[in-house]
Amino acid sequence: MIIVIALKELRSMFASPLAWVVLAFVQGFLANVFLKQVDTFMIIQAQLARTPNAPGLTELAIVPMFGAAQMVLLMSIPLLTMRLISEEKRNQTMTLLVSAPISMTQIIIGKFAAMVAFLCLILSLIATMSFSLLAGGAIDMGLIAANLLGLLLLGMSFSSIGIFISCLTMHPVVAAVMTLAVFMGFWVIGLAASDPGSWLNWVSISKRFEGFLDGYVSLPDVTFFLAVITLFIFLSIRKLDSERLSA
Amino acid sequence: MTDQDNFLTLSAAGLTRKYGNNVAVSDVSLALKKGEIIGLLGPNGAGKSTTMKMITGNLAPTEGSITVCGIDLIDDPITAKTKIGYLPEIPPVYKELRVNEYLKLAAKLHKVNSKRVSSAMENAKERTGLTEMSQRLIGSLSKGFQQRVGIAQAIIHEPEVVILDEPTVGLDPNQIIEIRSLIKELGEHHSVILSTHILPEVEAICDSVQILHKGKVVFDDEISGLRKFRSGKSIQVSFRAPPTKETLENKLTNAKISTVREGVYRISGIELQDDPTDAIVRHSVQEQWGLFELVGAQASVEEVFVELTTQDDTST
Repeated sequence: MIIVIALKELRSMFASPLAWVVLAFVQGFLANVFLKQVDTFMIIQAQLARTPNAPGLTELAIVPMFGAAQMVLLMSIPLLTMRLISEEKRNQTMTLLVSAPISMTQIIIGKFAAMVAFLCLILSLIATMSFSLLAGGAIDMGLIAANLLGLLLLGMSFSSIGIFISCLTMHPVVAAVMTLAVFMGFWVIGLAASDPGSWLNWVSISKRFEGFLDGYVSLPDVTFFLAVITLFIFLSIRKLDSERLSA
Repeated sequence: MTDQDNFLTLSAAGLTRKYGNNVAVSDVSLALKKGEIIGLLGPNGAGKSTTMKMITGNLAPTEGSITVCGIDLIDDPITAKTKIGYLPEIPPVYKELRVNEYLKLAAKLHKVNSKRVSSAMENAKERTGLTEMSQRLIGSLSKGFQQRVGIAQAIIHEPEVVILDEPTVGLDPNQIIEIRSLIKELGEHHSVILSTHILPEVEAICDSVQILHKGKVVFDDEISGLRKFRSGKSIQVSFRAPPTKETLENKLTNAKISTVREGVYRISGIELQDDPTDAIVRHSVQEQWGLFELVGAQASVEEVFVELTTQDDTST
């Protein structure tokens, strides 16, 4: 059942130009960043060769791309999650799902699964760009894996928040703006958390993500992201259930 | 008793739904037998849609219980919902999907066995006359066809109970006739509940009727009971040389007379035993009123509503 909902959602996403535009934007932007970094690396390559313990190709060309991908997800995920629930409510198609013999949990997780599939598509494009460097040199596979995992967890957290906000309104645009505002809030927290001892570090999604950029996959960070995902999925299910009970 | 319980495909008892202090539906009970078509009739805002949302599990009742084929909808919604097909007021269609894609989705959502999906789709399309439209985008179909897609979605899993919320609203007369005959046909295999605010529609299709007003059931009977209730209540007479209202009142005791327009009166408040028709004809000939039209008018929806609701007010 979850798969049925997820496939339906993916079909709807790709039936509209939005998914394609987002993919094109993500790919265009990241490819630019990537090329620029590779260019820089070519120029300073000679210097690096003489420096002991210098950062390698992966750190200089690939990791900055993942850093940029964080901003790209921050901007594009609200556009993808905005319509997931709100549009169903607006077009009264939610009734089809609610009247069918499936639970609210399956509906929400199905929609979340569609978002994860879409994220995996974006990640595979990024991974392909990274692996293209194999043609000219060695890259640090472990570091790339940590980055991919971090980006996936980040995207999943953003998606679960986006889905929850989409549950709150009947207007996709309102959902998109609210979601973007929340993500901006997280970003600001990240900027404010300059002091490493501050509690802001603890709640900052971007600070948590930075660990993965450096190649550290730490249990607290992974747990933090999983907790955020679980929390917002749970809240979304509760929100839909409460509408049946009290709306 | 158990035999009868098995016989009932859907039963709801004491359904009440409150929105804050506002009571939308109060103490509505329904008992639907296999192969029966029940009409829920009522003016806008009477609570028809709310009742239907409750019996399809879209809205939790504040009080009351709902049983579908012996399964409690509140305790075991997932199993109970497999027995129900529901067409809400606005057909829940995805405009970006093709008819085939949409029906396939609906079949899977309603847990139709994957081997049977394509035959279920063909069957539903054939019954709703959509076979030609299989590859069309739902968004490009007319309102009538979108409504049919909505009905196809509600019957694709061969549910025991089909619930249709105002299925003929916004359709042209030809489409209305087609949808009505489709509903009658559905009634042969499924139990059907349909809501409408059109009285003749109920008379044309349903086996029994419940009339809702302000969330309460004010009339609950077989369709013949409704016919009896409506007919023989009033007569409309037209005269070329009309007598005054007072003269008419003097001649016909016990009758309530109202002026429809110049020379046309409506005589109501009549019981069957003292039918005033003969008296009117006799007086008309004697006094040369020039009677040229005498119609046994059926009570209109509004009159039925007014009568039922005023009855209700005096009795409570």
